[in-house]
Amino acid sequence: MVNLPIVKTRPMKPTLCLSIIFLCCIATVFGQNEPGTNPVGLKKLPSVEVKTLDNKTFNTKDISNNGKPIIISFWATWCKPCVNELTTIADVYDDWKEETGVKLIAISIDDSKTSGNVSPLVNGKSWDYEVYLDVNSDLRRAMNVNLIPHTFVLNGNNEIVWQHTSFSQGSELQLIDIVRKVAKGETLPTE
Amino acid sequence: MKHKLTFFFAIIIGCFFSVSQGRAQGLEKFLRNSQVSGNFQFDGMYYNKDSLIGAPDVPQKVLMNAFANINYTNGPFSAGFRFENYLYALQGFDPRFKGIGIPYRYASFEKDKFTITIGNSYDQFGSGLVYRAWQDASLGYDNSLDGINIKVNPWKGITLKGVWGQQRFYFEKGPGIVRGGDAEFVINDMFKKLNDKALRVSIGGSFVSKYQEADDPVYNLPKNVATYGGRGTISYKNFMINGEYAHKINDPSTVNNRIYKSGNATLVQLTYAQKGLGLYLAAVRTDNMSFKSDRDAEGNDLNINYIPSLAKQTTYSLPSIYTYGTQPNGEFGMQAQGIYTFKKKSVLGGKYGTNISLTYSRYNAINKKQVDEDTPIDSTGTLGYKSDYFKIGKEAYYENFNFEFSKKFNKTFKLVVDYFYIMYNAKVIEGHEMPNIHSHTVVVDLTFNINEKHSLRTELQHMYAKQGEGSWAYALVEYTIAPKWFFSVSDMYNYGNSISEKRLHYYSVATAFAIGSTRIALNYGRQRAGIFCVGGVCRYVPAANGLTLSISSSF
Repeated sequence: MVNLPIVKTRPMKPTLCLSIIFLCCIATVFGQNEPGTNPVGLKKLPSVEVKTLDNKTFNTKDISNNGKPIIISFWATWCKPCVNELTTIADVYDDWKEETGVKLIAISIDDSKTSGNVSPLVNGKSWDYEVYLDVNSDLRRAMNVNLIPHTFVLNGNNEIVWQHTSFSQGSELQLIDIVRKVAKGETLPTE
Repeated sequence: MKHKLTFFFAIIIGCFFSVSQGRAQGLEKFLRNSQVSGNFQFDGMYYNKDSLIGAPDVPQKVLMNAFANINYTNGPFSAGFRFENYLYALQGFDPRFKGIGIPYRYASFEKDKFTITIGNSYDQFGSGLVYRAWQDASLGYDNSLDGINIKVNPWKGITLKGVWGQQRFYFEKGPGIVRGGDAEFVINDMFKKLNDKALRVSIGGSFVSKYQEADDPVYNLPKNVATYGGRGTISYKNFMINGEYAHKINDPSTVNNRIYKSGNATLVQLTYAQKGLGLYLAAVRTDNMSFKSDRDAEGNDLNINYIPSLAKQTTYSLPSIYTYGTQPNGEFGMQAQGIYTFKKKSVLGGKYGTNISLTYSRYNAINKKQVDEDTPIDSTGTLGYKSDYFKIGKEAYYENFNFEFSKKFNKTFKLVVDYFYIMYNAKVIEGHEMPNIHSHTVVVDLTFNINEKHSLRTELQHMYAKQGEGSWAYALVEYTIAPKWFFSVSDMYNYGNSISEKRLHYYSVATAFAIGSTRIALNYGRQRAGIFCVGGVCRYVPAANGLTLSISSSF
């Protein structure tokens, strides 16, 4: 009979953890919304499998908008500000598409408790977005999303050029402003 | 552990250099493909003494939870870790979250049609009835599997998965080994002729077995316990039907009082969706389906599977006082939902359209009968009980009827009105001996857009109930300056409590600042003791009074 050892993680030295926290803070302060200053270039959209609303598997590396900007918005049916953000944008989405050619991809992090409610809600609210289900938060982890709503803007090469968390009425004006600049190939302002 | 980590990082650094081969051009291309990213979150609270609300004394005065993820990717290779810090963990989190460490680290490689992950992994088979390894920081839930995770796509439309390892248990590992696999076949993607057909079919099956040492002098406890299941989804134009069934062999454990009955879970979902209308109908039956890698574990510890809860949750404060928690030993639940939008420019739709939604959820016990005359139901060491599959048990656990009306009148006003009727069986859900609670709640949520960037939102809620804590009233005023600033003041008042000393105000003042991917929030006030749930998994949060600081960011 083999008794499996319980592997204990010994507590790390305080200096090591403090340096890790310090490095994270530095990385965050200097890693904010400054395209071009990242020494190894802009971050590309990761390649992760998600599901479509009719249960097809879809890999995010196949996301494309023919070189035009893309908005990726993480949301869930139980997240009120997320639903508010997507409802607010739905009212002006046609104008945005006409002006900039942008495409909004809504990634739902609803797990199997509420993933069945996604399609009725999306259709019930007449949203025109491309919607994918990330039921076990694989894409959410790969894109380092903590709180939702969390919205990203990608340029024509699927590179992340801007991101923002939380939503309030009026934030969509900042979002379309960024999208217009990306569509024209202009450099983005630091927030 | 220190040596293992150093070794682990040495391997990664070794890989970097071996791949680059020292050639300048190769090194440049290698570095160009390198990507470092991560995120972190910090939640700290300073606790005041507040005996009125029953807040427990906090000797450390300040408690905090923090974590940071760092990930490295370079083409097909990725590796990363999460550092967690609980010195000490916030109230309401298991005290076994104590200290600091790296409980999650992985390395992953993708080549041709397969992906291998060594170290900790998260994954889900179907809806999770057989296997789900997942994480939610706000819930303090993490059952990642430390071992190996292999995924193969041998043919278009076929996905095979295999997992083998031990589950995370706070900063240690659970005693059992978990090993299993899953196969999914998307029929339409497998055969070129069926690629574009309107009728879409997919089927899948999973098998997971856990091994745990057994040493009981009285009972012959099974060391290997297997759970297996099958699922299928058929969709045609606007319709979709999905069914999943899982079966577990005998698994006497603390949760089921050491009975030898097998377990099973069934989940069926029907959806109809078209532009402007969404309909959903689902039912779940759970029978002795708690599946843990330690037969003596309790609560949320060491779950191998996941039973989704069909009880609709809400973020509004008063109705969320009564939230359903999944009962793995036995429950029979259903949800029916309809969402409809009155078209723009129609009579009821108005300029921007009007949205209504109706949701009804209901949970009852399953049918349980004695195995024989002499054996009471759930007796230790016996087969437990017999259950008529299609019969619904008499005892009601939970009922939630919700109607929501949402309308944007013009650029300035938006109104949302909700009504909730909730029946809550506290004896079964919380273990408190008390009569069932019947509550009626009305919510009025009005947003007033002062101008493009400034917006004022008010929320008024009223709950009427005779049982439990009685009636409550709630008011919130929230002022936002897009896109960065939030300010709010709120109060939850238990005016209807039958005990006059408990008619208390739970006030709160909050502000938040969001820039890019960073959000910083400060909250001062009183928090009611209650249950905080995500997806049917709940944790109890004791009453608290104090100042909370939260910082969240990613890079």
